[in-house]
Amino acid sequence: MAKGIEIRTSPHLKRVMSVERIMRAVVLALLPICAFAVYQFGLSVLLLLLTTTGVAVATEWFFARLSGQGNTISDWSVVITGLLLGLTLPPGFPLWMAAVAAFIGVALGKALFGGLGYNVMNPALVGRAFVQAAFPVAITTWTPAFAPGRFTELIPSTLTLPFMQPQPVEDWIAGLQLDAWTGATPLALQKFQQIELPPADVFTGMIAGSAGETSALLILLCGLWLAWQRMLDWRIPVSVMVGAALVAMPFWLMDGTQYPSPWFVLSSGGLMLGAWFMASDMVASPVTARGAIIYGLFIGVLTVLIRLFGGLVEGVMYAILLANAVGPLISSWTQPRVYGSKVKGSK
Amino acid sequence: MAELPTQQEPLTLDTFVRGLWEENPVFVMLLGMCPVLAVTNSTMNAIAMGLATTFVLVCSSLLVSLLRNWIPKQVRIASYIVIIATFVTIVDYGIQAISLELYAALGAFIQLIVANCVILGRAEAYASKERLHTTFINSLGMGAGFTLALLSLGTVREILGSGTILGVPLFPADFQPWVVMILPPGGFFVLGAWLLLFNWLRLRKARKSPDPTGAAIHAS
Amino acid sequence: MNAEVETQPRGGVTPTWPMLRTLGGIAMMSGLLVVLVYQTTLPIIAENQRLLTEKAVFQVIPGAVTKRDFVVTEGGLQPVETGGAGTVIYAAAGADGGLRGVAFPGAARGYQDVIQFLFGYDPDCQCIVGSKVLKSTETPGLGDKISTDPEFLKNFVALDARLNADGTALANPIVPVKHGTKTQPWQIDAVSGATISSNAMARALNDAAQDLLPKVQRELATLLSGEDPKEAP
Repeated sequence: MAKGIEIRTSPHLKRVMSVERIMRAVVLALLPICAFAVYQFGLSVLLLLLTTTGVAVATEWFFARLSGQGNTISDWSVVITGLLLGLTLPPGFPLWMAAVAAFIGVALGKALFGGLGYNVMNPALVGRAFVQAAFPVAITTWTPAFAPGRFTELIPSTLTLPFMQPQPVEDWIAGLQLDAWTGATPLALQKFQQIELPPADVFTGMIAGSAGETSALLILLCGLWLAWQRMLDWRIPVSVMVGAALVAMPFWLMDGTQYPSPWFVLSSGGLMLGAWFMASDMVASPVTARGAIIYGLFIGVLTVLIRLFGGLVEGVMYAILLANAVGPLISSWTQPRVYGSKVKGSK
Repeated sequence: MAELPTQQEPLTLDTFVRGLWEENPVFVMLLGMCPVLAVTNSTMNAIAMGLATTFVLVCSSLLVSLLRNWIPKQVRIASYIVIIATFVTIVDYGIQAISLELYAALGAFIQLIVANCVILGRAEAYASKERLHTTFINSLGMGAGFTLALLSLGTVREILGSGTILGVPLFPADFQPWVVMILPPGGFFVLGAWLLLFNWLRLRKARKSPDPTGAAIHAS
Repeated sequence: MNAEVETQPRGGVTPTWPMLRTLGGIAMMSGLLVVLVYQTTLPIIAENQRLLTEKAVFQVIPGAVTKRDFVVTEGGLQPVETGGAGTVIYAAAGADGGLRGVAFPGAARGYQDVIQFLFGYDPDCQCIVGSKVLKSTETPGLGDKISTDPEFLKNFVALDARLNADGTALANPIVPVKHGTKTQPWQIDAVSGATISSNAMARALNDAAQDLLPKVQRELATLLSGEDPKEAP
């Protein structure tokens, strides 16, 4: 785990990098995003984040005990998993489904592989992919941001009884009397009705969407802080964004009414959150510098291809999971030559 | 061809039970995964598939055992495949005659029984050497083991994925089905969970036995 | 056993004849068995097939008790017994022998794969009176709502399918609209959350109706004349 960092950063650093240190910094960077999500969607999101984090930590504790690994919670990595998972779910997602996602994510995505450092894929995304496939309706039920009274009442679907269908939210939304509420995310509006919301709104997060993915600006700032602190490899998020913009550009130039602008592609949906906080997961991404760039480009390109030509509205999750899977291969392709060794003559 | 005086298996209870547990074609040998993962999205489909496979398995094993002294070694695989294909075709027509809806649900997997390695494996490893009655009992056990495995996947997947068992609702009306369980990935999840359980049981049994060769396991 | 394989020269000892004899014998036996089973099950399967189609036709046309199959050929409608090639449609009659409606198939690409439908058309009101999904692999819980959602199925109880003045096409093409915005009787109110599947169903219906209904309407007499009590199964 920490090995990946030591290869990339200078060996003359005076500060000691440890897993715990990095993970704490990432949690710190995630907190403003969580705070904004709670401010935007209210109490339901607070409960959602507490649930995913709590269940993720409990699952980690349980499996660590079962496999005799000792205390693995104190490295904070599982807290990141919980927070990230919560941020990618819709604000009114039933808590019991969120608990399932957190359990599956940590158990199937991490513990079964042997814990931190051995997981092939980002555990938070594994959990989200599972509930996406298991509860396709609940995970595409969006609720409006900045609902009045969001700090005093919960979205009705939040407190659904375990194993039961979430209460319909249509009546509740109608009761809020919001004008211009369409029930769709900016991405869905663009894809199915070719309506592009004003870039400023999408960029700052004044829109519907998953709890923590709405404000591209805030995520960008937090991500940049992390990169400046050298807690993540800047190459990955930058190449994700470059890859996405490069693919989106020609289509937009060809037909601007049908295809979204690169600007919209970058600031909408989960692309920012995915690029800065999930693709850059140190365990699941390649360790070499060249590998990181290839990996990032792969995610960016794939995301836009899924968004433009796939049946799904959003493609970041599957793009990152796929890139995670080919990560080790990219690493081994881009292995730097050991100093002093000769280039293989027989090749 | 010249028959070597090989040791033929006496008929015991183990001849049958082996297929259920110790040599279970799905949970232990991991054979015939294609139908196991593909058509176990409901209990009914699992039962139908299990019975169809058992029928082909028993009939073809019997025929192979009957003809074992006449089939030259060089053409044995070809002969086995022709025999298996015959019974698969019979099952194919049979299921169409019983219910077209069931036939539509099982799809191409009926025809694919012909490529199920459980059956060819039985013909090659058992029926071609053993006597008729032990072959019958053994292949019946294997078929039962296969059906049991399909059933244990199909039941779990139907309960979670549709909230029903054999079409009968189990939960109140607003039960939330786990759609992923009746989709192909659900097959992998449930199979994985069962394998986990079976291996855990086996390890536990091995640890409890006096012979201390088992690897050190920390699980409590 | 291995010894025989390794000493290849001795392989000549197993002559070709036993191999041919075995394979031939087994193949013959197998052929015999298959033919036997085929002959036995053929009438049962045909009967099953007929019952299944009949059930579907009666489901999409309320009040139907008998049906007759026609083929839509270049030269017009022909009873299916004449052996023409083309789309098969079903004229269904009620208990009194009068024509109750025509069932016709349609297909369109959905979210996963091509979805096949059967639609019921009533020539009296010139409208669609029923629908049934024959084959679909749409996502359970999402796309498959097009065959279960009661609100959506109401679209197909009296969906306007009038022909234009010269009877060459529908007066108003059948189009899907976003959930909750249906204003005209020829519009289909899509299932929210299953837009792609709903659109596929509307497209399948529109394509099939535009093609078949003018021909059906032109030759209603053929369909009617075909209906007489002795045709009842």
